[in-house]
Amino acid sequence: MTPYGNIAFFLIIGLLLLPTILLGLRSKSAKHYNLFVSLIVLALIFGHSLNGSISLILFTVFQIVLIMAYQRYRLQQNSGTVFVIAVLLSILPLVLVKVLPILGLHHLFGFLGVSYITFKAVQMILETRDGLMKEKIAIVELAYFLLFFPTVSSGPIDRWRRFTKDFHSIPSSENYKKLLLSGINYIFVGFLYKFILAYLIYNYTLIYLPNNTYNYLTPFQGQLAYMYMYSFYLFFDFAGYSAFAVGVSRIMGIQTPINFNRPFVSRNIKDFWNRWHMSLSFWFRDYVYMRFVLWMTKKKWLKNKFTISYIGFFLLFFLMGIWHGLEWHFVVYGLYHALLIISFDKFERWNKKHKLWPKNKWTHAIGVIITFNAVCFGFYIFSGKLF
Amino acid sequence: MDKQQVLEMLVELCEDEIIVENPDIDLFEEGLLDSFGTINLLVEIENRFDISVPITDFNREEWNTPNRIAGKLAERQ
Repeated sequence: MTPYGNIAFFLIIGLLLLPTILLGLRSKSAKHYNLFVSLIVLALIFGHSLNGSISLILFTVFQIVLIMAYQRYRLQQNSGTVFVIAVLLSILPLVLVKVLPILGLHHLFGFLGVSYITFKAVQMILETRDGLMKEKIAIVELAYFLLFFPTVSSGPIDRWRRFTKDFHSIPSSENYKKLLLSGINYIFVGFLYKFILAYLIYNYTLIYLPNNTYNYLTPFQGQLAYMYMYSFYLFFDFAGYSAFAVGVSRIMGIQTPINFNRPFVSRNIKDFWNRWHMSLSFWFRDYVYMRFVLWMTKKKWLKNKFTISYIGFFLLFFLMGIWHGLEWHFVVYGLYHALLIISFDKFERWNKKHKLWPKNKWTHAIGVIITFNAVCFGFYIFSGKLF
Repeated sequence: MDKQQVLEMLVELCEDEIIVENPDIDLFEEGLLDSFGTINLLVEIENRFDISVPITDFNREEWNTPNRIAGKLAERQ
């Protein structure tokens, strides 16, 4: 069963979560019951394929063993080599999932959500390295975090220290009521986005675009219309899914971070990445870009710190691009965004000196229009329709 | 380390005197600090005060104003 794919899924989790809601409203802990619900829903999501289920179980056990072993090691020692090996081992399954199909080995290994679980696991190793994971981690809780069913297929990517705080806190009846209402609200936003807006955009525009417009549009106009419609579709579809995930999490007492914050009104490209697929872009920002730049700055191999930052942006967006798939249009999509960010950064620093682009509502509006179009062109590359 | 030194460091990094005028300003909201600026800040903190803050510990909700940064650093000394 695809998570949030049909009405049956919503009815099942609605029923399963009734006791969660009743416990929450009485300010009682539902965490044990939620563990049980998670098992059932995971079985519903992954149970149709034996291969997928076994892959998922082996993969999760592997990640848990790796995290626990590295944590135990880190309490005594802190070698850089061991750290790098731990990170490489943690991303190895994901790399295999991406590379094996190219080698023609399609059905060997792979399942829904492998990359999102990997993001969480790698994050734990990095934070252990930084000395932030000193307390003993319970295996069941770790498994619950990695496989938290509302977000297991496509995020948002939560953070362990935030998650575990929510997991152990029992909100007052009043606070739970607020959580519940906002959760239900998110779920209805999800219905509006995914099942109404994205559905309509797809069925009434995208299936006719870019080339089947019965001569109503010229080929160029067809491509242009496709670019904008595809961008809106992508947003409503994924923001809708994310709203479901956030909503169901809240009903279960976990305040999963939001993924979208009105991305199409971003005033520049940096602003855009703080609003679009936020949990992923923050993951890359914190665990790839910032770590890389700090490491390079400390090594002092390059004098110019802006050069380091630009290499960091290329690394971030290149990885983000190939993470979507090892295909040219994804690579180009990543590099395109790296170029946008670097160009904007250069402009921003230039403007700090010359002050030719003031901050007012007009420049803000122009910024929004430019950013929107630049971003839509990026999605056009991403769609694979350009090449 | 006193608060004055922290503010001076932030003025140098953000190239803006507003930090002294309004030490409760949100550095990220106002575009005075971004991820790149954060790295330079962490490097400077280590150089000047010999306090090492891991990147993963620097979250933007808790380290967003000059006053809060000064407070966080005072805790760690």
